[in-house]
Amino acid sequence: MKLLTGNDLKTGFVTWWTGADWSLHIEDAADVGEAGEAILAAEEGARRVNAPYIINGEATADGPRPAHIKDRIRALGPTVRPDLTLKPADPAAGDWVI
Amino acid sequence: MYKYDEYDHAMVDARVAEFSDQVRRRLAGEITEDQFKPLRLMNGLYLQLHAYMLRVAVPYGTLDSRQMRMLAHIARKYDRDYGHFTTRQNIQYNWIKLEDAPAILQDLASVEMHAIQTSGNCIRNISSDQWAGAAADEITDPRPWAELLRQWSSFHPEFSYLPRKFKIAVIAANEDRAAMRLHDIGIQIVEKDGQHGAAFYVGGGMGRTPMIAPLIKDFVPLDDMLSYAEACLRVYNRYGRRDNIYKARIKILIHELGADEYRRQVEEEFVHVKSLGIDPPKAEFDRIAAQFAPPPLDASAPDAIDRSDPDFAVWVDQNVAEHKVSGHAIVNISLKPIGGIPGDASSAQIDLMADLAEKYSHDELRVTHAQNIVLPHVRKGDLYAVWQALDAAGLATPNLDLISDIIACPGLDYCSLANARSIPVAQKIATRFSDLGRQKELGELKLKISGCINACGHHHAGHIGILGVDRKGTENYQLSLGGSGAEDVSLGTITGPGFDEDGVVDAIERVTDKYLATRTEGERFVDTFRRVGMAPFKEAIYG
Repeated sequence: MKLLTGNDLKTGFVTWWTGADWSLHIEDAADVGEAGEAILAAEEGARRVNAPYIINGEATADGPRPAHIKDRIRALGPTVRPDLTLKPADPAAGDWVI
Repeated sequence: MYKYDEYDHAMVDARVAEFSDQVRRRLAGEITEDQFKPLRLMNGLYLQLHAYMLRVAVPYGTLDSRQMRMLAHIARKYDRDYGHFTTRQNIQYNWIKLEDAPAILQDLASVEMHAIQTSGNCIRNISSDQWAGAAADEITDPRPWAELLRQWSSFHPEFSYLPRKFKIAVIAANEDRAAMRLHDIGIQIVEKDGQHGAAFYVGGGMGRTPMIAPLIKDFVPLDDMLSYAEACLRVYNRYGRRDNIYKARIKILIHELGADEYRRQVEEEFVHVKSLGIDPPKAEFDRIAAQFAPPPLDASAPDAIDRSDPDFAVWVDQNVAEHKVSGHAIVNISLKPIGGIPGDASSAQIDLMADLAEKYSHDELRVTHAQNIVLPHVRKGDLYAVWQALDAAGLATPNLDLISDIIACPGLDYCSLANARSIPVAQKIATRFSDLGRQKELGELKLKISGCINACGHHHAGHIGILGVDRKGTENYQLSLGGSGAEDVSLGTITGPGFDEDGVVDAIERVTDKYLATRTEGERFVDTFRRVGMAPFKEAIYG
């Protein structure tokens, strides 16, 4: 699957394209298929997101999982500060990254 | 400490106003990210993995308590309650919101700080010896010269768009605590025939192509120092490569020209530059130097230290250094608790260090390139009180220059350039070697980790260096041995095939075991490596 990600203009937080809007949560990310470039161009024009780009991912039972570790760390947060990730209460969240 | 004059204030205030308007226009959608990116980078604002990151300059690593408290305030109010001290004596905040950036820069300006020239292809923060003004082995305090270079390089119109970034370090002792020869220009204040002058080493650096700076001029009269630096930069600005980012640093130019030809061109340019009169009049330099006057230290203060508390005594032995003035000491605060994140400090810890500086260190602190903090002027009679306060705040780890005093870049946990995580490796190594007796048996052992080839973690200069690489989408770690960023500067040699995260920790243990079995009396790890070479270590690692 193909995912579209970037950073929110105001906060810089990692965001994922849901098919209609941007979400902080990778679980909401939509498979953009071959439409990624067109969405990217439109969204860059709307200037709500910084430096969006298309990545490879895989559909899993827990939702989309980016193919590369860098994007999995972006999706969760720093592995060395679980308290600052999007899932601070889940001690196993870091396993998803590795 | 240097205090801003009206020009400094005007320059910084004008930049805050200018950048505030640029942020407003970006948030309003009036300018694109492509237009905005170079503007934010000129103000130290990066976009990293999780958010915007702000890098704040700490000129030559020197701070007073008011500035340190402001760093804590920014961490608390605008970030996530911590800051990260860097290998260039700066501090970074990892969770900055763009809309907060103008307010942060205003807060910084209120304490005579900024984030200008902490990014971009310009002259970056001037770094120096963290023990400057206190070190027993220095011939003078190098900071007035560093400050002069700061003023010269700030908004220098000719050097705002260099072929690549440019880093300068200034020291004034034979012991190099600033990795001086691994800078684009390393300046050592030296003495010759009773006069002080500047030895210029040019063309060093780490990164993709590490090089040790050759000596370009052994003695530049200090009255000519700025002109000579200007000549060095001009030759680079004229001939440095702009067509290939990987070959754009001055080290590549000097390597390709040869040091002799580069020196010839600099000397030729210097004759012209000197006629322009850019070196300051003596009265102006004296004005700057007067602000670095030594604090009023009582040389008759007791020199003895009550070592009856054994934990305190261990800390004194490892983290406290001799001061040039009797009865005083240099306190090195380790930001490397076992299992912690190298260089990170909470806002409460930053506040505490500010309080201790105000109460016990003549209001001065230093940031070190090894990501630690220094209280440079502490009476020996106050050491126990300082230690107790540090210990209560988790800041009294007695591991300075030991294997757990690890330099590590933010790595893939934070940095968009990184290929692998650095911090978890540092944590695992520190934990593996957590026994202090074992660390002390190993002695001085500088371990440095970078998460990519850009080498922010100085791995080339580590007695043991680790470089994280991306191997088909998996983190992999190359090990190198024999580097040094000190006066015995050298570049590490890669041992062989890389390892996974646990594998590299095991490999380091095999290396240190081999060292213990091989060393002779008084040899540090790096001395043994230089004596016996790579072969026995390689055999220990790979069999």
